[in-house]
Amino acid sequence: MNIVVLLKQTFDTEAKIELTADGKISSAGVNLIINPYDEFAVEEALKLKEKFGGEVVVVSVGGAQAQDAIRQALAMGADRGVLVQDPALEGADHAGVAQALAKAVSTLSYDLILTGWVAIDDNAAQVPGRVAEILNLPQVNLAVKVEVDGNRATVHREGEGATEILEVPLPALITAQKGLNEPRYPSMKGIMQAKKKPIQQLSLADLGLSADAVGAAAAKVTVTSYSLPPKRAGGRLLEGEPQDQARELVRLLREEAKVI
Amino acid sequence: MATAVLVFAEHKEGQWRKVTAELLTRGRAFADQLGGELGAVLLGQGVAGMAGSLGQYGVDKVYLADDERLANYTTDAYTSVVADLIKSLQPQLVLFGHTALAKDLAPRVAQRLGAGLVTDCTGLELAGGKVRFVRPIYAGKAITQGEVSGPPAMVTVRPNVLGVAEVGARTPEVVSQPVQLDPGSLRQLVKDIVKKATGRVELTEADIIVSGGRGMKGPENFKILEELADVLGAAVGASRAAVDAGWRDHDDQVGQTGKTVSPTLYIACGISGAIQHLAGMQSSKYIVAINKDPEAPIFQVANYGIVGDLFTIVPLLTEEFKKALQ
Repeated sequence: MNIVVLLKQTFDTEAKIELTADGKISSAGVNLIINPYDEFAVEEALKLKEKFGGEVVVVSVGGAQAQDAIRQALAMGADRGVLVQDPALEGADHAGVAQALAKAVSTLSYDLILTGWVAIDDNAAQVPGRVAEILNLPQVNLAVKVEVDGNRATVHREGEGATEILEVPLPALITAQKGLNEPRYPSMKGIMQAKKKPIQQLSLADLGLSADAVGAAAAKVTVTSYSLPPKRAGGRLLEGEPQDQARELVRLLREEAKVI
Repeated sequence: MATAVLVFAEHKEGQWRKVTAELLTRGRAFADQLGGELGAVLLGQGVAGMAGSLGQYGVDKVYLADDERLANYTTDAYTSVVADLIKSLQPQLVLFGHTALAKDLAPRVAQRLGAGLVTDCTGLELAGGKVRFVRPIYAGKAITQGEVSGPPAMVTVRPNVLGVAEVGARTPEVVSQPVQLDPGSLRQLVKDIVKKATGRVELTEADIIVSGGRGMKGPENFKILEELADVLGAAVGASRAAVDAGWRDHDDQVGQTGKTVSPTLYIACGISGAIQHLAGMQSSKYIVAINKDPEAPIFQVANYGIVGDLFTIVPLLTEEFKKALQ
């Protein structure tokens, strides 16, 4: 079976966020990684490939450095990559990015699309649903278990306080939640092989899309400013014996904070 | 009068989600500002009896789709009904809670309608005919402000941030929606739903969260946090370290690769305060930290800190809260 993985390169989870002089998010000195949820998607794709054969293609929208993230997925065992890179996509909203991704995916042959349920940078969780809608695929979000049998997938999906077990026909789009698997580390052999695997570069023009249709001009959501959250001041350390500390904390929460 | 604002009225086991009341409170104000009606969309099976109670939140009209095919949430069926309704009502603004259900539904509906959607907002206002939003990125390490254009402008709002106010009760008109679904278009089959019977509130909607980290030392020790949580009516959370160690379900994880929470009170037990954890909980109103290590970064964000052994402190706290809440 052929599997497409949608992958985004993000800041490392430990990254400290700072603003540039002109008020944008600074990427200086920040470690870039595969979005952790997308890494679960890569791992799941590789497992399914090991079981059923076929090809795993990693598709990303991003700048030139996103090649590193794709290359890492190739080192894990994916077969080839597609990077949609176009300056016109800067300022695109999620609808624009989804269109570019969906168009790139539609040039491939696939039985399943896997991706993370959210990217930990912008936290939007919009692109997978939009791509599934554009490609007219059933979607299952927040998968913690995926089983493929013939042309159907059974997915355990994590709800709030419940696990739902859903069955969908393939092709489908499934998004990964933490708990789906443990992503493998690339082996030295994998890293060497990845260097020879192809990454196809596509511009919007290559996809037959215009900047007016998917770029900043088409964006219905625009960000006007970035800021950092107010710094929390460290508060009071309580003194005394444990019993006194506990009593004092309860008193403070009731009388000072008034939250109990 | 036209529907200016439409709210997806989410419910669970016969109860309104807390965020539904929050959305309707704000939706009422926006509808008045726009000079239109506040509508609520109510989907499910056997839910007609819930419609009237939306009047307490100032709803003018409830659009009710009560159908066996809507008993369990499925993307295909819900997208179809909600998108059709938005198409016919043409509201200026559509509000959803940022819940697991709406995270699945809203992007799909937005794409079908060609609409702009902004998710996980913590602030929302109407100004000069524009919908302006505030939303955290990097799990709260930075904040963005911006605009979403419509109509319809679609928004999901983080639970626990908008608040609920008395808006003046109304008797809403209930408008039954015909449910037209092509069977071939319904591709998801719900085979089973396995509920976790904790009896506790969902983390993202909890007023109080008691959370444990690496300092809990093992899964069995979370029992003392659960006892404290039960006294406080709180949810139980965990840090990535505790989840990665397999002590707690990933559903309980708070942080950049878990849930972002905004409770009134967050009690962090044996959590050092790694940057990825702080990102997920630093918008809590009050933070209490209990940790052996006085140098732990969690103390730099905590309103009240206790340097000490959580295995001694937490049971004492539970007793003190019990006494205080009697």
